[in-house]
Amino acid sequence: MVRINGEDIENIEGKSIARYLVEAGYDSRRVAVERNGAIVPKASYEEVIISEADTLEVVSFVGGG
Amino acid sequence: MVTREQLEQAMDQRFSKEVYEKFKQARICIAGLGGLGSNIAIMLARSGIGTLKLIDFDVVDITNLNRQAYRIEHIDRPKTEALREIIGEINPYIKIEVIQKKVTEENLAELFTGEQLVCEAFDNPEYKAMLVNYLLEQQPETIVVSGSGMAGVGSSNRICTRQKMKRLYVCGDEESDAYAGMGLLSPRVSICAGHQANMLLRLILGEKES
Repeated sequence: MVRINGEDIENIEGKSIARYLVEAGYDSRRVAVERNGAIVPKASYEEVIISEADTLEVVSFVGGG
Repeated sequence: MVTREQLEQAMDQRFSKEVYEKFKQARICIAGLGGLGSNIAIMLARSGIGTLKLIDFDVVDITNLNRQAYRIEHIDRPKTEALREIIGEINPYIKIEVIQKKVTEENLAELFTGEQLVCEAFDNPEYKAMLVNYLLEQQPETIVVSGSGMAGVGSSNRICTRQKMKRLYVCGDEESDAYAGMGLLSPRVSICAGHQANMLLRLILGEKES
């Protein structure tokens, strides 16, 4: 089980952050991702693999300011 | 000419001296001087924040007047200079640093190194993400207050301040994207700006939670 934005998500362990973002419909150019309290560098989205008991926070920015 | 002392004494004295002393010592960097940034800068200046660093590359356009703090007389002038002038008419003793440059991947370090409190107020979501990621990745002492989701005329009450990450606060409804058919209007943009300005004041006073 992995917790993403406060919700428990099943069967996601083993995927990279990049793959998760695509599958969940995020535009990776518009997000910031925190994993277990630490920012995930943008350059590491392909390499960082989601593991059991991870807590992720994905912030997706929308336009306007 | 109104003196610095007169303006300081004219602040709401129901707050303690220490509160204003903290505001006076504080420094906030505002990236983007559109509907969010121009209004945030004015709110912070009215509150007595000692130093504001204002960053924007653009000039005032007639289409900005529906929600940004500028006036007809400012059209075609750099937003940095127009805002410096407006703030000068509210409190000429606020120290204003202006940088008239477009923020890019290449100049992030030059523009933001040493800034501890950064207000992200860009229009473009990719620039928002670029700045927030850079600050969270590269500047471990920096706290960011960002705006996301204030287009249209949806309920005001959906605009909130949330602490999304250890050093990232996001104000807005996080959904209402600006696009063809859904533009930006003064009330919701100003509400969001108020959320960002208030969170910045709270951080200066040591209130960490949203």
